[in-house]
Amino acid sequence: MAEQVVGDIQEVDFPSPGQILRRRTLAHKGFMIGAIVLLMIIAMALLAPVLSPHDPYHQDLAKRMISPIWQKDGTWEYPLGTDNLGRDYLSRLMYGARISLLIGVSAMVISGLIGTFLGVIAGYFGGRVDMIVSFMITTRISMPVVLVALAVVALIGGSLNVIIWVLGLLIWDRFAVVTRSSTQQMRSIDYVSAAKAIGCSTTWILLTEVLPNILNNLIVVATLEFAHAILLEAALSFLGMGVQPPLPSWGLMISEGKEFMLFSPWMIAIPGFVLSMLVLSVNLMGDGVRDITAPEGRS
Amino acid sequence: MNALLDVQGLHVEIPLSAGILKAVRDISLSVVRGRTLALVGESGCGKSLTALAVMDLLPKTAVRRTDRLIFDGQDLSGAKERRMADIRGNKMAMIFQEPMTSLNPCYTIGNQMEEALLRHRSVSRKEARDRAVFLLEKVGITAASSRLKQYPHQLSGGLRQRVMIAMGLMCGPPLLIADEPTTALDVTIQAQILSLLKDLQQEFDMGMILITHDLGIVARVADRVAVMYCGQVVETGDVTEIFENPLHPYTQGLMICIPVPGKTQRGQHLGSIPGRVPTPIGDLTGCTFRNRCDFVFGPCGNEVVGLREVSDGRAYRCLLSPENCARNSAGRPV
Amino acid sequence: MFHYTLKRLLLAILVAITVSFVTFMLLRLSGDPAMALAGENASPAEIQFIRVQYGLDRPIIIQYADWAWRALGGDFGQSPYFNQPVKKIIRGRLGITMTLGGCALAFAICLAVPMGMLAAIRPNTWIDRVALTISVIGQAMPSFFFGLILIIFFGVMLRWLPISGSSTWRHFIMPSIALGYYATPAIMRLTRSGMLEVLASDYIRTARAKGLRAGSILFKHALRNAIIPVVSLLAVQFGFMLGGSLVIETIFAINGVGFLGYESIARADLPMVQAIVLLVSMFYVVLTFFSDLLNAFLDPRIRVA
Repeated sequence: MAEQVVGDIQEVDFPSPGQILRRRTLAHKGFMIGAIVLLMIIAMALLAPVLSPHDPYHQDLAKRMISPIWQKDGTWEYPLGTDNLGRDYLSRLMYGARISLLIGVSAMVISGLIGTFLGVIAGYFGGRVDMIVSFMITTRISMPVVLVALAVVALIGGSLNVIIWVLGLLIWDRFAVVTRSSTQQMRSIDYVSAAKAIGCSTTWILLTEVLPNILNNLIVVATLEFAHAILLEAALSFLGMGVQPPLPSWGLMISEGKEFMLFSPWMIAIPGFVLSMLVLSVNLMGDGVRDITAPEGRS
Repeated sequence: MNALLDVQGLHVEIPLSAGILKAVRDISLSVVRGRTLALVGESGCGKSLTALAVMDLLPKTAVRRTDRLIFDGQDLSGAKERRMADIRGNKMAMIFQEPMTSLNPCYTIGNQMEEALLRHRSVSRKEARDRAVFLLEKVGITAASSRLKQYPHQLSGGLRQRVMIAMGLMCGPPLLIADEPTTALDVTIQAQILSLLKDLQQEFDMGMILITHDLGIVARVADRVAVMYCGQVVETGDVTEIFENPLHPYTQGLMICIPVPGKTQRGQHLGSIPGRVPTPIGDLTGCTFRNRCDFVFGPCGNEVVGLREVSDGRAYRCLLSPENCARNSAGRPV
Repeated sequence: MFHYTLKRLLLAILVAITVSFVTFMLLRLSGDPAMALAGENASPAEIQFIRVQYGLDRPIIIQYADWAWRALGGDFGQSPYFNQPVKKIIRGRLGITMTLGGCALAFAICLAVPMGMLAAIRPNTWIDRVALTISVIGQAMPSFFFGLILIIFFGVMLRWLPISGSSTWRHFIMPSIALGYYATPAIMRLTRSGMLEVLASDYIRTARAKGLRAGSILFKHALRNAIIPVVSLLAVQFGFMLGGSLVIETIFAINGVGFLGYESIARADLPMVQAIVLLVSMFYVVLTFFSDLLNAFLDPRIRVA
């Protein structure tokens, strides 16, 4: 028998799943850029009372239509210029962030709760419950959101509360669709059967097994609907039926600046740019989460 | 030697995040018309990649290097994609393991077969259709002309694999590469497909490379065998030589694993080879089989192990001479 | 096939009833329609008069039943603003919105499908990144903002295109781009992911092993399979465009159904709004049905079932 003098064949160490996740998150440029921009905007919104140079509602008709700092007659007193009523644009921008974020988050949470609830019960119980929920989803999707939201807000009145609730009650469909299909997949997986086998109640199973596993898809959809709500509010305010003046909604600022856009294009460019940046950052993060948690989707 | 295909020093490397995977290292093989070469080895040993490398069908990230790649008298080692596309399907055909997914679901069988011929020959649509009918009948499919109008999902797995074979033969290629053609099929169908391949080979005087992990298939169909392990050829020879007198410890181990009717006793332990196949990344000095070999000794870990020629066409990759790695009739090292 | 059609028809009817019911309730309950119609300075007597004249003093269910019954017969009521049948007004404007939607869809397809294909053929190269960047920006910019930028740039600065109205084909260029741009990311992504998946499939490997030319592999084999879900998406996107045309039509003063909807909301012309919402919903339902048919037509595997 030969001696057991064996040279070690080097076994290659592949990294652990947790390490992979962290490495991927930090390396994902889209996600990181989105996160940084979003944090900046959130910071701007939270610190608006502290950081903004002026009161966003204060009108000074003597100081109307001052150009921003990069134009010839700009001053540092009003870095982004003033609007047609002499209000400081930078301050309005910062306070506008609060409105966009507030409406976006609130509408997302409301629609998320509604949609997730409907989706999970549909996916879990199937049968008639599923039929009813699917019908609700089909009906909701076929309704033109902008039209209906516009009509309702126009009739009731454009307060923040109304906008939040109208949007929240209208954009839950994607939540429902995604959680429904995720739950359906989860239903057949082994650990749910195992949990049932040892006698866990249905609610318990739903809360502790099914819900956490739907989380990844849920996060992605939540970011999408967050951005969706922000864009909807901007559109409603732009059309004059959303947030009412003198509140500094970015959509409203674009609408108010429309008259002057030919000679002072910055009046629509600045709020439009920041609005796009906010939506972009949220979308990048959503895409990032999708890429990071489901690498099969990437090439 | 008028080899149809002559490959020397074939290397395939695939860059991964953990390093460069040297999937195929220094492979040499040759195929003659009318004869079958079997490439045997376990999953992941690089046999499919070797075949894909010959056809130049490797994934985009893979890198192929070869000292020599002569096919039908032509040097293909530096051939560009255009030239290879003219040869593929025309002079070299390949059939794959999964008949269920290897055909396009949106087009009829007839359409897909005819396009294989129309691409390489200027014949009329009718002539292409006639050839398709002819070949479908050759592979044992009845009512061939009505089959042509069917879609792939309307056929069973066995039928689809026959269609794949017929499709591969549309241009009358001198070389046919079959990558595990029967693995996904029922055992009864397996036998039919294998004998079909053998008959077709005789009739059309084709050279065939048969890739498989099943030694039973090798025994039935092969003329020559190349045993692969971890990306390298570890033994070559005629099929009877390999089965009756395996020289490389790995081949010996494989043979021990097969129960032999009449010889193997009831309740007897079946042989197995302990250990795992190493991943060919990083430092690969020495013999890659050494962590599983009964005959391992010092130099196995740090010397380059080349192919040892015993006679013409018979070689194995080991530092030991045949006497020193022989086994007795019970399979134990001498 | 017959059963399937019947089922879808039933679904469509149910959706129609539900949508119209929900909309009806929302509109009537959101505020007092009589007050909205009468205007700001109306006296209580005038409001009450209007309420009786339009039958707004009846129970809501009766009002809905009345509306629904008439709608079944094709009568969507009278517009208090135009003093003409709602159906007639809408019919006059529908063609324009459909044209706008069609052009927007055509623009989106011409931009998104080739980009998606290119990105799939060369994944993770600069082409892929450019495509993804365009798609990401397209999703982030609000359509009305994009419309305004187009107006400033092409309408005012370069003076190439007219900035409002809908009289000539030139009037449709910028609105189509603004409307279609929003659908581009979804179409591009689906094309790209579909192509990536198909290009990695076994039958593409077979096609390459047959020595087929690159063009044939790409278009005849790959695209043919990858495009199936995209076609369904296109039908659905067209439906969204019809509903979302409101903002674009308003900016560019295009005289379509969307602009009509906006004006009708501002004027509290509820019968008009009701009819438009129902119309858009029905279009969407028909389009999804149509896209299912298209799916079956394109994919032989579904056909036989």
